[in-house]
Amino acid sequence: MNRATVIFFGAFFALTLSWAGLLLSNVRSYGVLAPYFDDTENKAYPSQVPGLAARGAQVYADLGCAYCHTQQVRGGEPSADLARKWGGRESYGRDYIREERVLLGDLRVGPDLRNFGVRAPAAAELYLHLYSPTTVVPGSTMPAHRFLFATRQIAGQPSPFALDRAKVAVPAGSEVVPTERAQVLVAYLMGLHDGYDYPEEKQKNTPPKKAGEKKPETHTPEAPKK
Amino acid sequence: MSAYQQQLSPAAPVAESGPADAAVRWPVLFLLASSILWLLAGSVLALIAAIKLHTPGFLADCEFLTYGRVHPAALNAFAYGWGVNAGLAVALWLMARLSRATLPGGGLLIVAGAFWNLGVKLGVLGILAGWSTSVPWLEMPHQVVPLLLVAYALAAAWVVGALRHGSSPRLYVSQWWLLVALFSFPWLWATAEAMLFFGPVRGTVQAIVAAWFAHGFLLLWFTPVALAIMYYLLPKLLGKPIRAYHLASFGFWAYVACAGWAGASRLLGAPVPAWTQAAGTVASLMLLAPLGVIAVNLFGTLFNGGMAALARSNVLRFVGMAALFFVLALLRYAMMSLGAGTAIQLSWFAAASDYVVLYGVFSFAVFGAVYYLMPRLVRRAWPYASLIHAHFVCSALGFILAGVALSLGGLKQAAELSRGVPFAEVTAHTMPALQLATVGGLILLVGHLVFAFHFVKLAFCPCVRARAAAAPVPAELLRTAPELEAAS
Ligand code: HEC
Repeated sequence: MNRATVIFFGAFFALTLSWAGLLLSNVRSYGVLAPYFDDTENKAYPSQVPGLAARGAQVYADLGCAYCHTQQVRGGEPSADLARKWGGRESYGRDYIREERVLLGDLRVGPDLRNFGVRAPAAAELYLHLYSPTTVVPGSTMPAHRFLFATRQIAGQPSPFALDRAKVAVPAGSEVVPTERAQVLVAYLMGLHDGYDYPEEKQKNTPPKKAGEKKPETHTPEAPKK
Repeated sequence: MSAYQQQLSPAAPVAESGPADAAVRWPVLFLLASSILWLLAGSVLALIAAIKLHTPGFLADCEFLTYGRVHPAALNAFAYGWGVNAGLAVALWLMARLSRATLPGGGLLIVAGAFWNLGVKLGVLGILAGWSTSVPWLEMPHQVVPLLLVAYALAAAWVVGALRHGSSPRLYVSQWWLLVALFSFPWLWATAEAMLFFGPVRGTVQAIVAAWFAHGFLLLWFTPVALAIMYYLLPKLLGKPIRAYHLASFGFWAYVACAGWAGASRLLGAPVPAWTQAAGTVASLMLLAPLGVIAVNLFGTLFNGGMAALARSNVLRFVGMAALFFVLALLRYAMMSLGAGTAIQLSWFAAASDYVVLYGVFSFAVFGAVYYLMPRLVRRAWPYASLIHAHFVCSALGFILAGVALSLGGLKQAAELSRGVPFAEVTAHTMPALQLATVGGLILLVGHLVFAFHFVKLAFCPCVRARAAAAPVPAELLRTAPELEAAS
């Protein structure tokens, strides 16, 4: 075997090993996590994503909200996520198993949205936030998404979803209404909530409390690789 | 004094321009010209994205230029347009040269390159039009990926063919790195696409796949191409063989063995199994061993050759910078994989670390390679030394400004986020860093415009051609250089 062949197979072997070790093993263990069926509630968690919200998730992906917003609540040191009320508990792998595309996000330009549904304002306010963030949050650097709205003549009854005329500039006789994409996006955002605490994860993450110890380790940085 | 003469010290080896260069001339020119167009497109898109971060009103009503689209479009133009085109061009040239190959079929390579560029164009336009997958580094709609993979395979097969049919009996360290890059990228990419889009895996395993790919792309494509350039050009320019060459093989294998695992460290603190995160940490720390060895090779050679050469050679300055950034990049990843990294991972510091690889390591090395190889390829000297210098100053200044701003701003952001500082204040405190990054991006764009202008002038301008035709080919381009790269 000449040197080039050795390098070729060596690289192949090294990469395949990392693939098998990191991906395949996780597909076979973590990737088969099943929804948890709660007997007392007679319901499975996480619950199915409703159709409207699933379409909203696609809008969330095509507009790239995930470059500014994470969807992963972190517990433990050194995180303040729980103190910020971004969630009642840290996120578990099981929370995501119903999602078609998992977008954890890797940069927090804006707040984490994993449990936004809990703190979400009324739909009208959320539409306004998307249309003109600075109107709702002065100084916001969130981009305006005016292209998710249409300005149209009022014909007959004004739309119940139309933006508040007192807050946005609208030509007389017209109204600004959310397009369908804005509606499904808002449905998605309002539905973001990991409300259920799975017994298995809960137990793993809350070992018997010792005096003076606040929070369990969520990862072991120096654990052996194999 | 022409730029070309300036790069050569009297003591430095003179490089040759032989039949191997002639055989790859047109494919390399084609790939380089395309890559430079992508570099410009990527720089403009990145600048738009950078401005939007502190001035969200800028082009706000253009849906296709909203931040969540223009940012991934910039990244993909940069990675797949500039990165892969330029990487292939340099790999082709280096491999042909080091293997002494004069393989026919350059036309096929141009066809493959054309399809690659068509695919990337569709991909980037697809992102802007709303078909982005939103998975970092893999945003191009997956429908174009098969086309891209076929085009890539054609080009890469040619490069490997050059190795097989070449007449050189030896395999120099640069060739090892090129082989790894050429092979790893399609492996990583095809696997990640399959596991994310064609038959999606479930839950946060998707995040592990994405992290494995992103890190692999950076550490097993961009970095190896850059290392191949450094291992080739440092001895060439300094007239000294690689210091401690016998260690290079250890550095290579240790690096290749760890790099694939290191990606898991991007998920420190994320909802993925703890052992996976730990594996990433261990691999990121273990990479420090090959880092040390490679640094001894590169900086040993540099110091051995005399730092004074840095002042004389523009090419050397680019390559030396790339070597420095290589050390910095791996140190940053190692640092982020430790405990405190949990917070840093979600800050601008982490983003900046990836840019260190993409720009600091890869792009600087490729700029150096292009300045070195073009005169040998077209047998003309660069018309203006001052423009090479201007490009270097812009690239170094712009990148360091943006990189330092984002890194310091990111550390502050991470600290404040984990201390529970009100979110609006954290945002306000990152603004100066984002504004400085825009200034840096603007300076980079100027540098790239200078580079593109100079490239066009050298490659295509009739007056430069005529002048060169009248004068004899510089003797340096015809003589054979000492065979430093054969030391194995
Ligand atoms: C350029 C970065 C950026 C992008 C892109 C972005 N956002 Fe934001 N977002 C922010 C920032 C910064 C804030 C905090 C200021 C504010 O509330 O307006 C925020 C706030 C929010 C909030 C309120 C969160 C809370 O806790 O009150 C929601 C909801 C939101 N964004 C949704 C979205 C959606 C949906 C998209 C995609 C269509 C999106 N964002 C895209 C930066 C961004």
